[in-house]
Amino acid sequence: MSSTTVRRRPVTGYAVVLVGLLVAGLSYAVITQGTASAAPRGVSQQAQIAHGREIFLQECASCHGIFAQGVPGIAPSLIGVGAAAVDFQVGTGRMPAKQPDAENPRRALLLHPRQIRDLADYIQSLGGGPTIPTRAEVSQVGSDYGLGQQLFTADCAQCHNFDGASGALTYGKYAPPLTKSTPTQIFEAMLTGPEAMPVFNNTTITPQQKRDIIAYIVQTRTEPNPGGFSLGRIGPVTEGLVVFLGLLLFMVLMALWITAKHGKAHE
Amino acid sequence: MSDSTAGHRPGDHEPSGHEPDDLMAGLSHSGGQDDDAHDAGPHRVIGTPSPATSRSLLGGPEGNGAGQPPAVQRELPSEPDDPVGAKRAERIVAACFLIAMFAGLAFIAAYFIFGVHTVTATQHSNLALGSTMALAFIGLGVGAVIWVRRLMPNVELTEQRHPLRSEAADRAAFKQTFEEGADASQFIKRPILRRTLIAATVPVAVAPIILLRDLGPLPGTKLDHTVWRKGLRLLNYGANTPIRPADFSSPGGMITVVPDGYQDNFDALAKAAVIIIKFAPGQVVYTTNNHPVPGKTVQNWTVDNIVAYSKICTHVGCPAALYEQTTHHILCPCHQSTFDATRGAQVIFGPATRPLPQLPMTVDAQGYLVARSDFTEPVGPSFWERGPSI
Repeated sequence: MSSTTVRRRPVTGYAVVLVGLLVAGLSYAVITQGTASAAPRGVSQQAQIAHGREIFLQECASCHGIFAQGVPGIAPSLIGVGAAAVDFQVGTGRMPAKQPDAENPRRALLLHPRQIRDLADYIQSLGGGPTIPTRAEVSQVGSDYGLGQQLFTADCAQCHNFDGASGALTYGKYAPPLTKSTPTQIFEAMLTGPEAMPVFNNTTITPQQKRDIIAYIVQTRTEPNPGGFSLGRIGPVTEGLVVFLGLLLFMVLMALWITAKHGKAHE
Repeated sequence: MSDSTAGHRPGDHEPSGHEPDDLMAGLSHSGGQDDDAHDAGPHRVIGTPSPATSRSLLGGPEGNGAGQPPAVQRELPSEPDDPVGAKRAERIVAACFLIAMFAGLAFIAAYFIFGVHTVTATQHSNLALGSTMALAFIGLGVGAVIWVRRLMPNVELTEQRHPLRSEAADRAAFKQTFEEGADASQFIKRPILRRTLIAATVPVAVAPIILLRDLGPLPGTKLDHTVWRKGLRLLNYGANTPIRPADFSSPGGMITVVPDGYQDNFDALAKAAVIIIKFAPGQVVYTTNNHPVPGKTVQNWTVDNIVAYSKICTHVGCPAALYEQTTHHILCPCHQSTFDATRGAQVIFGPATRPLPQLPMTVDAQGYLVARSDFTEPVGPSFWERGPSI
C-alpha cells in the first residue's frame, strides 16, 4: 500500500540519521582516542604510567622538574603527593598553570580526562600518596548533614565561608568557592591540601566525616534564596556593599529631592 | 521663577495671568511693595499680631481701595496656585497612603500566613514581613513628601528670637511667691521637718545605685584562666574524638580542638578553643630553647612538630584560624591580624599586639594529645587588669 510506505518514510529517515550520528560519533571517538591517548583501555598499568610520564614531560616538567622533584621557589615536588592531588589540580583546570603563581583559579580543563588519569598513575607510581577516591567513597547516601555542618563550621568555614562561598586570605590569596566542586574534588582537596589549604588526612577527619562535610556543602547549594538575590552568599561584605553603593546613594538622592527648591506646579 | 530666590514672601507669587487689582490682591502684595518690605525688617511670626503700624497702613490703599476695611493679611496662602496640579497631586498622595495601608494589612496577614517552624518558612516569613513593612513605610514617606512638595505652599518664614530671660516684674513676682510659699510651708521655721524629709529621700535616691551591683559580680581572675588543665585531652571538635600524634600526621594539617568534657559548653569554649597545626620537621622556628622572649623559654610544649595555639585572636577575640600551610600564616578574618605559626604565632601584620597564646601539650599513657597545663597567659583580647603584654 502506498499509504504504508508513506507512513514508513519518516521512520526510515530517522533511522538513517541515527545511524549517521552513530557512525560519526564512533569515528570521532576512535580518532580522538588515537590522538589524545596512547593508552587505550585494556593496556597494562605500565603502559599507562609510561604514557603519563610522556604527558608529564610535555606539560609539567618545565616547572616541576623532569623527575618531579620540584624547583625551589617555582614549583613543589610531586613525589608522594599522590594521584588524588593530580586529579584535583589538573581535574579542576588549575594545572598546568599558566604561570607560576600562588593562586591558580579554577579553569576549563587543559587535558583530556584520560590523560589526567594516566598522569595521576605516573605521579602515584613515583612515591605513593593519597589515591583518587572511588565513587562509593564520596557517596553521600546516609550522611549526617548535622555533623557535616559542625565539622565544616569548626575547620572549613573560617576560610571558605559558612556557605562554601569563598573568602580572602593573606597577600591576595583566597579560598575558592566550593559551588562548582564535585564531591570527589572536595574529598581530594581535604586529603591533599592544595595550595594554602591545610591537610585533613583520613586519620584526623575520617572518610565518613569527609562524606558528611561533602553532604553539607552539597546540601547548602540547594538552599532557596527567598529574596531572589543570593548576593554571592558571602555574608556581610556584599550586603554592606549593596547598602553603601545602592541604598546610601538612593537615600542621598531622596534627601536631595525632599529638600530641593520646588516651584509652583505646572507654571 | 521668583520663588527660587531666597527670602521670598507669601505674597510673592505673581501668577502671570493675574492683574494687580485682581480679587486675589487682597491677599497679596504687589511685587514692588514686597521688595520694600524686605528691607523693612524680619517677617513676623505666625500667629502673632502684626508688629508694625506702617505695614497695616500699607495694606489699606491697595486692592479694593480705601473704602473697605483693611483685609486680614495672611502669611500663608490657603489655596495652591495650580488647582489642576494640586488635584493630581492629591490623587497621587492618596494612592501612596492606600498602598501603605494595604502593605500594612499585608504585613499583618503575612505574620499569620507564614510560619517560622522551618528554616525555609522563616526565610519566606522574613521576606514577606520585611518587604511589606518597607512598602508601608515607603508609601507613607513618599506620600507625605509629595503632599508637602506639591500641595503645601513653598514659603520661608522667619521666627524672631526673643531673650530667654523673663521680664523683671515677672521675676520679682516669682521671687515673692516663692518666699511666701517657703514661709507659709514652715519649711524654714521647723528644721526637724526639713531634716527628716531630707533623711527620708536619701536612701531612696541611693537605692538605684545599689541595684547596679547586679551587673556584677566582678570577673575576678576568670579572664586569666581557661578550662584547660593538666591531663585534659584535646578533642577533634565536631567529631569529639581524641587525637593521637600518629593520626594527626600529615604536615600542613590543621584542626580545631576543644578540651575533653567541655565540647558542648559554649561558655568554656569561648575562651578554650584551640587549633593544632602539624609541621614538617624543621619548619618550627621557635621551639624549646630559642624562644625570643627572655625568661620565657618554652619547654616541650610541642609534640612531634604539632603546635597548639589559642583560636581566640588577641585583638578583639575573633576566631583566628585561617591557617595557610604554604606561608604558615594564621589570619584573623575580622581585622586581618596575621600571626606566624612557625615563630610562636608572633604578630606579623594587623592590629593585634600579642602572639596567640600557646597551649603546652604532651601525650598521655594511651598516646593521646593532652594539655600539659592551662595557658600560661590570658587568652583573647586585652582587658584592664591583664597587665603588661607578654
